[in-house]
Amino acid sequence: MLNFTKIKIFFIYLVFISISIFCLSNFSQIDQYLFKKKINLGLDLQGGSYLLLEVDSSPLQKRHLQSKVIPLKKKLIENKIKFKNFKILDNEISFNISNDEINKFEKFFNNKKNNDINLYLDKYRSYEFDFRNINNRILISHSKSGIINLNTSAVDQSIEIVRRRIDETGTKEPSILKRGSNRILVELPGVKDPERIKELLGKTAQLSFKMVTANTSEFGNESFILKDTQEKIIVSKRIIITGDNLIDAKPRFDNINQEPIVAFTLNRLGSQRFGQATSQNIGKRIAIILDNEAISAPVIRDSITGGQGTISGNFTFQAATDLALLLRSGALPAPLSVVEERTVGPDLGQDSIEAGVVSLFVGFILVIIFMIIKYRVFGIIANIALISNLLMLLGFLTLIEATLTLPGIAGIILTVGMAVDANVLIFERIKEELRQENSNNIQAFDNGFKRSIITILDANITTLIASIILFIFGSGPVKGFAVTLSIGLVTTLFSAYYISRHLTSFILFKNREKKLFS
Amino acid sequence: MKKQYIFNFVSKFKLANSISLFLMLASIILVLFKGLNFGIDFKGGTLMELRVASDNVSIGDIRSSFSKLNLGDLNVKEFGKKGDYLIKFEMKEFNDQMNLKIIKETVTNNLNTEVNFRRIENVGPKVSTELLNSGILAISLALGAMLFYIWIRFEWQFSLGSITAIFHDVLITLGIFSLLSLEVNLSIVAAVLTIVGYSMNDTVVIYDRIRENLSKFSSLNISEISNISINETLSRTVITSVTTLLALFSIFLLGGSILKGFSFAMIVGVIIGTYSSIFVAAPILKYLNVSYKTIEKEKEKN
Repeated sequence: MLNFTKIKIFFIYLVFISISIFCLSNFSQIDQYLFKKKINLGLDLQGGSYLLLEVDSSPLQKRHLQSKVIPLKKKLIENKIKFKNFKILDNEISFNISNDEINKFEKFFNNKKNNDINLYLDKYRSYEFDFRNINNRILISHSKSGIINLNTSAVDQSIEIVRRRIDETGTKEPSILKRGSNRILVELPGVKDPERIKELLGKTAQLSFKMVTANTSEFGNESFILKDTQEKIIVSKRIIITGDNLIDAKPRFDNINQEPIVAFTLNRLGSQRFGQATSQNIGKRIAIILDNEAISAPVIRDSITGGQGTISGNFTFQAATDLALLLRSGALPAPLSVVEERTVGPDLGQDSIEAGVVSLFVGFILVIIFMIIKYRVFGIIANIALISNLLMLLGFLTLIEATLTLPGIAGIILTVGMAVDANVLIFERIKEELRQENSNNIQAFDNGFKRSIITILDANITTLIASIILFIFGSGPVKGFAVTLSIGLVTTLFSAYYISRHLTSFILFKNREKKLFS
Repeated sequence: MKKQYIFNFVSKFKLANSISLFLMLASIILVLFKGLNFGIDFKGGTLMELRVASDNVSIGDIRSSFSKLNLGDLNVKEFGKKGDYLIKFEMKEFNDQMNLKIIKETVTNNLNTEVNFRRIENVGPKVSTELLNSGILAISLALGAMLFYIWIRFEWQFSLGSITAIFHDVLITLGIFSLLSLEVNLSIVAAVLTIVGYSMNDTVVIYDRIRENLSKFSSLNISEISNISINETLSRTVITSVTTLLALFSIFLLGGSILKGFSFAMIVGVIIGTYSSIFVAAPILKYLNVSYKTIEKEKEKN
């Protein structure tokens, strides 16, 4: 255990130096190659805002279900299945069929191939919809996997739009990640007041232009109260253009009454449709619907064929700016709500860094002093191992570009306290071996290392298990604690097993016959 | 060889076990009837840490400016430096009529001074339930994984002993949190898991020695073996506890208010964990009739 070949010594220190050298990267100004890697400060240390958004999938389910109504009816007729009492609820389609035709229905409804009504999801090994049969009444609703699938695609679409909206506000380096099937995690470093971003993310910004009709029948029409004049209008359900047809939107002042408005530019398809609708309906009114609210319904004075138009609606300039931003970045497929929010101001972050660094420093010094008093020369060895342990830990954190949080700093301090344990186990064991009769220095040291290493491994692996589980299930700052603690345990093992063992043997061979450890 | 050791731990096992049993029972009663003071992480709600510039603002002013807003159960306390306050209230979900922006504006207007909102946390009801469940799951999984590891490395008796010791530590730590009405939040879960790791670490060191001594002195019974092993590892147990506590006290005293709860839980846990590895984990082996034969069987199996 105590003999080190030159080549082994070389490798031990090579590993040590090549890991701990990355510490320097945090202080260097060079931003190239490996030196670009730096430890990131968590939001709790640098200040910033953490938002967990959840997609509200109920409108999605409703829309998805409604889109199936016409193809389903067609398919039923195609298969000559007679149905009665066809009803559409928010999350269920239901109808009656005769007993004999249930098998026929099931055959096309649960068909794995080319099924455009009830898609088979390979990923989940399940269909989009389930059906139940209660006394010959068929009830169709989304399956669990169907809902997950809807949520997932809504989240995937939303992430891009969320990113565009946040980028528009000029926030630096936002991190936008998918969490589970229906959530988006947004981290905004340096943002002190997330209210404006929350407002922007709180709107789906689904825009549509529809004609106002004089027809008062319920069928194919819906009624709105105009936001600016409180007038009741009846609007045709037929959509002329939607926000998807927009390629740009900007806030402007109206030339005539200097009111803030939003000027928009349409894509080719949008221009065509808008041109057609406006030239056919001169003198009639067109309603502008945003998120199920009619913002205004201007009279068409002239055909608009250039693909340029404006939206007015008693806006303040801020409101016009926000609306233009939302229209530019696209509509969210479903509303997002904030289910968790954590914001830390920059001054608190600074205070936390200071407190963390001071307590780390003090804890470190106390442990070092204690070890020297207790073990003298070997205390110094333990301290060298401890310092190299810390350097490697920081180097490792830099290498994986870990995020350091306040609990993460606590993890480092705890590592300092617990790291010496490995050395203590070794030294105490050596002392015991020395106390035995007819044992010489070298034998005692050799046995001491051999016997204690098993204990050290067992003891550290159990702690490692706890911290890995904490990493998997922990959230936010707690994860940072688990990261530093886990890496700390690994570097502790390395520094105790190699560095302090080598240094001990070095001292030992210099003082073969002296009485070591009093 | 048989050496006289300074401390006769085994003779104190009975007394220590009665104390442990009493403390565990008391903790169960406290947790069940007094309950734990769950923070917003697990209960849902909103937390605000704020700093007021003016000296003329009292804690009463702050309380009244928040209570006017009808935010549900409200808790206001001084936090850290003078002029720093920590406010917690029940409201979990906001809407257009009542949200953080409105709360911040109203409070600033009411207090009529500059208010620095240093930290705002809001946890909705769904997330808080999930956090609580995943916290419980994490602790249970960690216990299960360790149980398994010890079972592989040692014998089932050792596995049972170490888990009992850990239950003892976690339960009493929670009991103390309940008794003192200290807040249980996400960082306390982290602390509990670290305590679990630390206590296991301590127990393993003693168990390792007991196993070694069982095969070394087959003529001695488990009580004597335990006593020898505990004494042999005692200085290590004490030194490691001291260095860990040195680090923890430095976090507790200098690490700022946010880490106070975490480091307190850790300090309590380290002390109880050290105690339990001697006075809980070791006696269990005696009750389970562990002898050198237990170890021999293992060797034959291999």
